[in-house]
Amino acid sequence: MHEPKLGIQDVSYAYEGQPALSHVTLDVPANAITVFFGPAGGGKTTLLRLINRLNDLVEGTRMSGRILLDGQDIYAPGLDVSDLRRRVGMVFALPLPLPATIRENVLYGPMLAGISARARLEEALERSLTQAALWDEVKDRLDEPANTLSGGQQQRLCIARSLALEPEVLLLDEPTSGLDPISTGKVEDSLFELKKSYTILIVPHSVQQAARVADHAAFFLMGELIEFRPGRDIFTFPHDRRTEDYVTGRFG
Amino acid sequence: MNRFLVQRLGFILLGLITLLVVIPILLVIGTIVVRGIAAISWEFLTGMPSNGMKAGGIFPAIVGTLLLTLGTAMAAIPVGVGGAIYLSEYARDTPLTRSIRLAIINLAGVPSVVYGLFGLGLFVIFLQFGTSIVAGALTLAIMTLPVIISASEEALRAVPVEFRTVVVSLGGTRWQSTQHVVLPQALPGIITGVILGLLRAAGETAPILFTVAAFYLPRLPQSPFDQTMTLPYHLYVISTQVPGMPAEIQYGTALVLLVLILSMNILATVIRSYFRRRRQW
Repeated sequence: MHEPKLGIQDVSYAYEGQPALSHVTLDVPANAITVFFGPAGGGKTTLLRLINRLNDLVEGTRMSGRILLDGQDIYAPGLDVSDLRRRVGMVFALPLPLPATIRENVLYGPMLAGISARARLEEALERSLTQAALWDEVKDRLDEPANTLSGGQQQRLCIARSLALEPEVLLLDEPTSGLDPISTGKVEDSLFELKKSYTILIVPHSVQQAARVADHAAFFLMGELIEFRPGRDIFTFPHDRRTEDYVTGRFG
Repeated sequence: MNRFLVQRLGFILLGLITLLVVIPILLVIGTIVVRGIAAISWEFLTGMPSNGMKAGGIFPAIVGTLLLTLGTAMAAIPVGVGGAIYLSEYARDTPLTRSIRLAIINLAGVPSVVYGLFGLGLFVIFLQFGTSIVAGALTLAIMTLPVIISASEEALRAVPVEFRTVVVSLGGTRWQSTQHVVLPQALPGIITGVILGLLRAAGETAPILFTVAAFYLPRLPQSPFDQTMTLPYHLYVISTQVPGMPAEIQYGTALVLLVLILSMNILATVIRSYFRRRRQW
C-alpha cells in the first residue's frame, strides 16, 4: 500500500488540562472521503483543527504525537504555517462569508498567497465556484455582497473559497449543519465530484450523512478513536460494541 | 389596584423622570443661546480681543482650540488605536497585559487638573517644550488615551472572532486579518470613540492651564512651541478674572465653544452612521 495522504500518529491533545484526544492513530488515504463521526465532545473537530494548525490560535493547550502530510511533520519547527493552511483548507460549521463581495470572498485566499495575475484569478474564480456547485447561481452577481446569498449558497461559497487555493486536503466541520435538505444534497454531490482531485475529511452532522458520504469512517468517543476501517463496513458490521450502539441509534 | 392602572402610572412616572433629564440640557443650551447670541458677529468671530478683552473678538481663542485639538488628535490617535489593536488582537492574557488594562481604566479616573500638573512637570519643564501648543496637546493626548483605547478595543472585540479564524485558515496572518477585515469592520466604533475623546479634550480647562493657555495674547500662535489663547480657558478668565466684563461676551464665548463641540459631535454621528450602512454583517 502506498503512503497515506495524512498520517496521524499517537496524537493526544489537552485544553487547559482537560484531555480532548488521547493516543489517536490513523492513516487518511488520498482521493477519498474519510468521515470522523461520533457523539459531541468526541474530539472530531479538535482533530480537524489540529490538521491545519488552527489550534495554534488557542492558548493553554498541550499536544503530543505527530501529524504527517505526505510524510512531512506539520508541527516541525520552521515549517511555514501559512503554506500548510493553503495546502489544507477548512470549511466551518456555520457559513462565514467575509464582509465583502462574492468575488472578493473566493479570491481572498489566492490574493493572500500573492497571486495577482488577472487571468489566473478569473480562472480560479470560475473553477472553484463550479466545483462548489454554485457557479450557475452566482455568475451574474459576482460583485454583490456575499451576505445577500441564502444560507446554503453561503456555505457553498465558503467551500469555493477554500477550493480557490487548490488545497490538497479539504477539511469540513459539519458543513451542512445549518442547511436544508436540498442544499445539503448539493453540498454532498459536490463532495463526490471533489474527491476525484482532493483528499476530503469531513465531520458529518448525522450518522445518516456519515453513511451516505463515507469511503472510510472513523468512530470517535470521548477523545478516543474506537474504530477505524476502510470502506463502509463500519456502518453495517461494526466490530466494536460501542460503535454498534451508536450506529444503531442506541445512544448519540 | 388594577394592574393596568399600575402600568399606566409607572409609564407616566418614568416619562416624567426622563423629562427631568432633558430639562437641564435644554436650560443650559437655551440660556447660553439667548444670552450669548447678541455677542455673535463677524467681528467677534474673526477679530482680536481688545480693551482688556472687554471688546473685540475671540479669534485667537477659536484658532487656539482648533490647533490644540488637531495636535491632540495627531498624538493620541496613532498611539491609542495602535494600543487598542495590540491589546485586542495580539496581547495574550498575562499579568502584564492585565495590569496594562487596569492602568488604562484607572487613567480614565484621574482628575484632569492632575494631568495638567503632570504635563507641566514633564513637557513644559523637564522636556523644555515651555508653555506651548506641543506641551498642551501632548498633555491632552495623554488624558484622552484611555477613552480612545477603551472605545477602540471594544469596537475591535465586537467583530466576530470567526472572521479572524477564516482569514488565518486561508493562509493569512494575524496582521492581515486585522488589516483586511477586523479594522474596517471596527472603524465606526473607533471613530466614535476617537471623536468623543477629542471632544472632551477640546472642552477641558485644567490640563491646559499650566501647559499652553495664554491669559491674554491678541495674536495668532506663530509656531507649535508658541502659547495660545483657548476657548475654555478664555471663558474661565473672562468669567472670573476680569472685573466688569460684559455678560454677553461671556455667554457669546460659551456659545461658540458649545457650537464647536456640538458640531464635531454631529460630525461623529454622521460618520458613524455612514460606515454602519456600509457594514455587512
